[in-house]
Amino acid sequence: MSRRGDWVYENNGGTCVAIAGADYCVVAADTRLSVGYSILTRDHSKICDLADKCVLASSGFQGDIKALHKNLAARELLYQHQHNKRMSCPAMAQLLSNTLYYKRFFPYYAFNVLGGLDSEGKGCVFTYDAVGSYERTGYSAQGTGSTLIMPVLDNQLKSPSPLLLPARDAVTPLSESEAIDLVKDVFASATERDIYTGDKLEIVVINKAGTKREYIELRKD
Amino acid sequence: MDGFAKSIGGGGPNVPAGSHPAGGSQAAAGGGATQRTQYPYVTGTSVIALKYKDGVIMACDTGASYGSTLRYKSVERIKAVGKHSIIGASGEYSDFQEILRYLDELTLSDHMWDDGNSLGPKEIHNYLTRVMYNRRNKFDPLWNSLVIGGVKKGPKGDEKYLGMVNMIGTHFEENHVATGFGNHLAIPILRAEWHEDMTFEEAVKLVEKCLLVLLYRDRSSINKFQIAKITTEGSTIYPPYSLKTYWGFTHFENPAQGAVGSW
Repeated sequence: MSRRGDWVYENNGGTCVAIAGADYCVVAADTRLSVGYSILTRDHSKICDLADKCVLASSGFQGDIKALHKNLAARELLYQHQHNKRMSCPAMAQLLSNTLYYKRFFPYYAFNVLGGLDSEGKGCVFTYDAVGSYERTGYSAQGTGSTLIMPVLDNQLKSPSPLLLPARDAVTPLSESEAIDLVKDVFASATERDIYTGDKLEIVVINKAGTKREYIELRKD
Repeated sequence: MDGFAKSIGGGGPNVPAGSHPAGGSQAAAGGGATQRTQYPYVTGTSVIALKYKDGVIMACDTGASYGSTLRYKSVERIKAVGKHSIIGASGEYSDFQEILRYLDELTLSDHMWDDGNSLGPKEIHNYLTRVMYNRRNKFDPLWNSLVIGGVKKGPKGDEKYLGMVNMIGTHFEENHVATGFGNHLAIPILRAEWHEDMTFEEAVKLVEKCLLVLLYRDRSSINKFQIAKITTEGSTIYPPYSLKTYWGFTHFENPAQGAVGSW
């Protein structure tokens, strides 16, 4: 039974992951763009550099994702003009939440993970649903492979309970290279079982030296 | 009542019962102007395109169907845009004509700036992506899948560009693209046999191979094709021609042989 508004959305698939460390943040996403059972292209980035210490990875409906990224990038530019500095990651996190909720009754079909460094230089990751509800965490996965990846991250990076006093850091004690290796591993695993994840992995690492990018091949089937 | 009218009309597009566009309009969630969901009526089938050494080559058939009726057999679904691009469309033909009107306005005002600059394929692709996405946001889409190809001089020399955008704004750039059935039948061939810097003859052969598969297997395609190319010299849309097909398989002769029955 096809419904009247069915055609407005489609899921172009893909998975996004982010892990926060003591002084770095890793944001990664695959580069496959799919529709139905077809692959449209194997080389499409889901990652947008919003500010020098703030990177957004989104999976879902690509039309909405591109529009959302454009919207946020424009707002960040305005912020720069008005405040003479770039937006901090926590500020962008709030802006993203507000932007998503603005379209609460015709949502951006985008599942987002925002990663970067906070004002103290510590790694931060914010994870969202499609309508803007968000939370700062130590790590997160969103997209078609998220259910395959999240339990593995929970196992490897288990955060201390938020109920503990004094509050413990949610960021992982792992080193940058260990976190990158973990990201590569979880994507390799997700690619095995999720048909929408694969082709190539784009890894962005943000630390105080700046932002660097790496590409890893994934299975193409 | 609906079903009766449909069967008498014969061959028209299958508009789902109870949602005839002329009669039915929904009030917007915000209570503004009425919205209308559309259905495509006169549609073109696949368009395929690929980058080659001198630029981009694009091809499609010249048919436009009205549901299951092959209504128009000489329709041009690839057009030149400005100096540097060509655009091909599948889907609702009247929406393609509207898109060409938008592009006319765009290229006219671009020309009137008279500043020596002209819109390249990347810009046209971006513009059309915004147009398609914004129409989708208003629940009033242009029911097309568009292919935009072209060459323009850039900082790294002559840059070839090929991209696609569909009716809800999903868009991407690739070395070879196809719409509709082409996605399923032509793209696998292109992925296996495309390589960088093909000559024009090689590219035409590859395109014809894909067109032939589409002709055999896509019910809405016809044996009359147009190939178009765009290079730094400009665009050329070649006159329509047909491909040779083969139907002499033994199983096609005497198809009822061995069938159970008295006739």
